[in-house]
Amino acid sequence: MEYSPPPFFKRGPGLLTRFGFFALISIALLVADARFGYMDAARNTLAAVVTPFQRLFAMPADGVARVGEFFVTQASLRRENDRLKRDALNNAAALQTQQALAAENDNLRQLLAMQQRLARTTVPAEILHAPRDPFSRRVVVDRGSQHEVRPGLAVIDRLGVIGQVTRVFPFASEVTLITDKEQAVPIQVLRSGVRGVTFGIGYDGMLELRFMPVNADIQNGDLLVTSGIDGTYPAGLPVAVVSNIERNAAYAFARITCTPAAGISSYGQVLIVNTAETHPDNPLSPQSEAKRAAPAPAPSPTPAPEPAPGRR
Amino acid sequence: MADRSEGPEILRPARWTYIALTLLVAVGANLLALPGIAQVLRPDLLALTFIYWVVYHPRRLGFLPAWALGLIMDVANGSLFGEHALAYAVLMYLSILLHRRIVMFSMIQQMLHVLAILAASQAVMLLVRMVDGADFPGVSYFVPSLLGALLWPALFALIRMPLRPRLSADGA
Repeated sequence: MEYSPPPFFKRGPGLLTRFGFFALISIALLVADARFGYMDAARNTLAAVVTPFQRLFAMPADGVARVGEFFVTQASLRRENDRLKRDALNNAAALQTQQALAAENDNLRQLLAMQQRLARTTVPAEILHAPRDPFSRRVVVDRGSQHEVRPGLAVIDRLGVIGQVTRVFPFASEVTLITDKEQAVPIQVLRSGVRGVTFGIGYDGMLELRFMPVNADIQNGDLLVTSGIDGTYPAGLPVAVVSNIERNAAYAFARITCTPAAGISSYGQVLIVNTAETHPDNPLSPQSEAKRAAPAPAPSPTPAPEPAPGRR
Repeated sequence: MADRSEGPEILRPARWTYIALTLLVAVGANLLALPGIAQVLRPDLLALTFIYWVVYHPRRLGFLPAWALGLIMDVANGSLFGEHALAYAVLMYLSILLHRRIVMFSMIQQMLHVLAILAASQAVMLLVRMVDGADFPGVSYFVPSLLGALLWPALFALIRMPLRPRLSADGA
């Protein structure tokens, strides 16, 4: 144990005092961040310093991968080339019909006076690394607010949905994977059209489809695609394949686990999908309240008062 | 440590630049991208480096650098702002409290102390996250502390390598 120093040496405040000081500041920062979200500005500033270093230290891993690529045999390259050519041919056939179908769909929608689906813009991005945090499933990608990435955008790879942008830095952004414990994706069973919501459970390679009735029309091997009713994920993207169903009449809901369709834990290129919002305003949101309030005095001859600018 | 029986080695004083360099390398090791499960099991080398400097060169490093680098680690890992900072403050407190005792022990006993300090700082992070609503991630959460304690002798030898007296200079 530390015994007290002789009083004639100046040694500054005691150990416990110093510890208490820094512990209190840390706790204040933690509360400000977790409860109130005040720390985003400070985080962005620090991230501007840290991100270049992170890029730098991600290089060795990339280098090892590059050296590995250099020694790929010609046979495997030819195999891959053949497979890609086959895929391209198959896709070409699908694409040609798809253009015709899209045009037909537009016409039908116009006939039915339905809202047009707006075109999606996409931002290609590369996964840099996964943060060292055992409590969450996230990855960091190399596109940020400078590339018009916003929090809430969906992120897909070539096989399906991998997650959603949750935090944006100037030149990088954090994507919470659909396997994260707090991540939910509204889905639809492609075969039967049954709607539901998948939840991550915090492990790689597994999702849970909760709150499905025991007698719901769902089978092993069913493909789950995004339903699009949340306005976040565009409709029709593959999310997961049902891998196991436990139906027990003693419980109200079936226990359904599924495997993500996308290569959730493998590194590579992803696409950040920017959907223009097509859903109506939340009926309880302040904006729609203001909108509803504004036209009300319109019939009166005096000009309607502008909604107070401070009210949002 | 081979020369423990002959009494502790007298080291050359560590320069500030050298201390800063070791901390920078440790931050780099923490930021290094590793594949798959290794990313989660990786021991916190920055924490180990802080313990080394506090235990063997007391009064060179205070709370402020540990706390500041803790904030950097929070930003890099995307954890709550202040989580690593608080954990490193606890780590510094325990290391300073125990540093006179730790140097007296053999390497095995030192490793046990280091394990306790690392586990305590990880427990602080766990506590913060559980207050924030996370589930207990399983006992494997503490594996990095165990690996860190196993790495202690290697880190000890590595950091003090440039600080050992130069025999050629002595023999002249």
